[in-house]
Amino acid sequence: MLIALALTLGSLALLSLAAPLLARAALGVRLVYAGAALVSLVFAAGGFAGLLSAPETLALPFGPPWGVMRLALDPLSAWFLVILGLCGVAASAFAFGHVKGPEAARRLVPYPLFLAGMALTLLAADGFTLVLGFELMSFASWVLVAHEHEHAENRRAARVYLGFAALGGAALILCFGLLAAGASAGAGFAALRATPPDGLRALAILVLVLIGAGSKAGLVPLHVWLPLAHPAAPSHVSALMSAAMTKVALYVLARVIFDLAGPAQPLFWGAVLMALGLASAIMGALRAALEEDTKTLLACSTIENVGLITLGLGLALAFRAADLGALAAVAAGAALLHALNHAMFKTLLFLGAGEVLHGAASRRMDRLGGLIHAMPWTAGLVLLGAAAAAALPPLSGFASEWLLLQALIAAWRVGDLAFQIGAAAATALAALAVALAAAAMLRFYGMVFLGRPRSPRAAGATELSGVARAALIMPAALTVIFGLIPGHLLELAAPALRLLTGAGAGLSALGGVTVTVAEGGAGYAPLVVFVLLLLLGGGVGLLLRRQAPGIARGPAWDCGFIAPPHHLPFGDPATQVSAAGMAQPLRRMLGKTLLAAREKVEMPPPGNTAPARLQAGFHDPVLALISGPLPRARDRLAALAERLRDFSLRQCLALGFAVLLALMALLIWLERT
Amino acid sequence: MSFVTGLLTQLLHLALMLALAPVLTGSVRWLKARLMGRRGPHPMQPWRDFLKLLKKRPVLAENASIISRAAPYVAVASALLAAALVPSFTRGMVLAPFADLLLIAGLLALGRFAMALAGMDVGTAFGGIGATREMAFAALAEPALVLAALIFAILAGTTNLDVITGIFQEGTLGLRVSLGFAALALLAVAVAENARIPVDNPATHLELTMVHEAMILEASGRHLALWEFQASLRLTLWLALLAAAFLPFGMAAPGAGPLAWVMGLCVFIVKMAALAFALAVFESTIAKMRVFRVPEFLGAALLLGLLGALYLFVSTGLS
Repeated sequence: MLIALALTLGSLALLSLAAPLLARAALGVRLVYAGAALVSLVFAAGGFAGLLSAPETLALPFGPPWGVMRLALDPLSAWFLVILGLCGVAASAFAFGHVKGPEAARRLVPYPLFLAGMALTLLAADGFTLVLGFELMSFASWVLVAHEHEHAENRRAARVYLGFAALGGAALILCFGLLAAGASAGAGFAALRATPPDGLRALAILVLVLIGAGSKAGLVPLHVWLPLAHPAAPSHVSALMSAAMTKVALYVLARVIFDLAGPAQPLFWGAVLMALGLASAIMGALRAALEEDTKTLLACSTIENVGLITLGLGLALAFRAADLGALAAVAAGAALLHALNHAMFKTLLFLGAGEVLHGAASRRMDRLGGLIHAMPWTAGLVLLGAAAAAALPPLSGFASEWLLLQALIAAWRVGDLAFQIGAAAATALAALAVALAAAAMLRFYGMVFLGRPRSPRAAGATELSGVARAALIMPAALTVIFGLIPGHLLELAAPALRLLTGAGAGLSALGGVTVTVAEGGAGYAPLVVFVLLLLLGGGVGLLLRRQAPGIARGPAWDCGFIAPPHHLPFGDPATQVSAAGMAQPLRRMLGKTLLAAREKVEMPPPGNTAPARLQAGFHDPVLALISGPLPRARDRLAALAERLRDFSLRQCLALGFAVLLALMALLIWLERT
Repeated sequence: MSFVTGLLTQLLHLALMLALAPVLTGSVRWLKARLMGRRGPHPMQPWRDFLKLLKKRPVLAENASIISRAAPYVAVASALLAAALVPSFTRGMVLAPFADLLLIAGLLALGRFAMALAGMDVGTAFGGIGATREMAFAALAEPALVLAALIFAILAGTTNLDVITGIFQEGTLGLRVSLGFAALALLAVAVAENARIPVDNPATHLELTMVHEAMILEASGRHLALWEFQASLRLTLWLALLAAAFLPFGMAAPGAGPLAWVMGLCVFIVKMAALAFALAVFESTIAKMRVFRVPEFLGAALLLGLLGALYLFVSTGLS
């Protein structure tokens, strides 16, 4: 199996090499995307097979000067490979469906490389291969983010992204360097596991992997690039970045912390992960509820979901530290399940947003509206995704978030009082994030698909067809199906959970038709809920339809608002709620404290007939930090460094001598310890 | 045998909830009117309205989509399922293993989402504002509900309402301060979720202050009937939930016979009447608060829930 996957990786590289030639004709472009879809299908199948069979390892016949490159397929990487494969199929099919003609090579060449980088990261079994794949993924996605570089904001997004990718990459290289410090050079993961780090080295590894993988996953405070970069890429790449790339980063996080850093970590590691996850969940959900651009909104929702997954991972780590294996499996199961579910519904939502961009030519919610009439297929499918993202039963988002909340509710079993109090607050904040996400999703769906068109282009939108429609149907169907069979998915993930938590107990109770947290604990049977909802809703519908009269149409009542004049067939679009208006309650309730949100009404002086204007907006505090004080500090440092040039010869010699002395002192100190 | 009785009690319970829901709404309205010195409409008036509305032809706005037509059914189905999960006169109904508090919260969220979508469907200003306010309030109400579930789970070991009721019925836990906090938090959430004073005024037709009514302004005929019915169902299920968690006495045990059911039914009716009376008195003595004061109200509920959990940790940690 692993050999087949390695060959598939190679074929992606070949596809990328051939892409500059193929990009000259529509047929060639289609060929590349079809190939990418096929390869993704192989990834998904390979991952599925990897979950069912024993772990495999493979040493490639080439590699860096100090060793060979190693690949491995164990249950954890297989689970994430399935996620990558499923997202890749949908995104590639969507791109295939939207090929109009020849395409710029800079859009086509990096695409297979991006997929290959993600798959290589997942399959890597030594530090070098993993970092290589991670950097390939970063670099290829950077090229794709910069594809429309004629727009200044895209250039800015790509620049910020590159900065964060460089920071993350550097941290990850250092992290694997520290991990390998105990083992011989070129050692694979197996050797790293044999010599787990301890003390300060372990702490440094935690910090470095949080910077390296956390910045790629979009954990607060390293999240600011994500709402800039994800929307700037083409829609199918946005889908892959949000749905798959963040998961690959989370995989690296889980691999290092749960697997490579040894079988047991102190409790506070879990607490750190939980705190970061919660901050991301709240920040992401709140920003999603305030953003006015569809794709930015979805990117912020990704931060929220990544936060929830990290929260689950942190909780699993804490349970593992407290020797509560069964509960650790519940928390880790919630994290893995949510990773899969989020990947599906976020792919669907991003592809839907891309379809809206194609059909109605805008990403701004204030220029959309009423698309459910012009684009019924897109509207129906995206509704499933939005409802899953809003954690509504019986869709997939609810199943995993239910499991996460159940794990949080059981967190008091970790005996530590401070942890108990923190976990209770975490439960409330996680519920807050989930509810905020529901508000954000309602706003997204209501503004884009419901109401009246806010621009002529939205009124004349066109529906998708053919392959692109199938590309949306696939993740939508999986969102529904995964929501109905979470127990079976957990059974499938059991080997991965065993790897993460080191416990076999409690897993059997988790799976099945009813997901049960513990013996005698609460259970959730989505199939029963689904069937009952259908029965009740259908029953009421049938009962009423038999005797009730048909439906009449008339102008909207709207509390007696007069019907619009003839030159405005949809009425004045400004008489319905706007994106800023819909954000108002949450902006006032939470935005003022968390996001420095402000609101100002500009009233014209009496007698002036100019309209009053509402100015509303918010800042991300971290973005303000990196665009204000950080560059200023850099300039000051640079000015200081400039002074070195004016040194006299004597001063230069003294400086060199002082450095030499300092290094020798360091050496002596290191020798002693 | 136990399955048959479980199924029978489940069906009886569902029928009870269906029959009771409009009567409860009518009773609260009647009690409020009496407290204000008016005669008030008959408690059966909501039933009469419901039956009358069913016969009327629904008028939809020209640009109303499938959402306006499907949302009432989704909302009613989710409210019905949630109501079926909350025990009333007996425990051990056939759906008892699924009567999870988080699932009930999820079903309520499903109904709320459907209603907010319907509010935004036609593109009126009132509908949009109502929808966004409803979702914003829910963002604070849900954490408070989950915290109450957390307190129950620590005391009873599960978030399953049926089991919680059973354990509280035994009375071995005694009187807990944290349960008092949880009760206050849940009461505040119930008031907000059911659009009662002081969060929202269920009787208002003043557009600027309303939240819940604003979303169903465009509904008529059987759609309006369904919206009204699901609102009544929600009120009933919240009062039943409060009764099941905090006044669990008198409820028939699983597997008990019809005599115990009748006893449980009588006690349940008394409990609901008492709660309806308390709600009417509360609503008559308090004024509606400004919309942007509501977050403070719900934030207080959230803090009460957190305080209850804290108290529980500290008290169990010391003992």
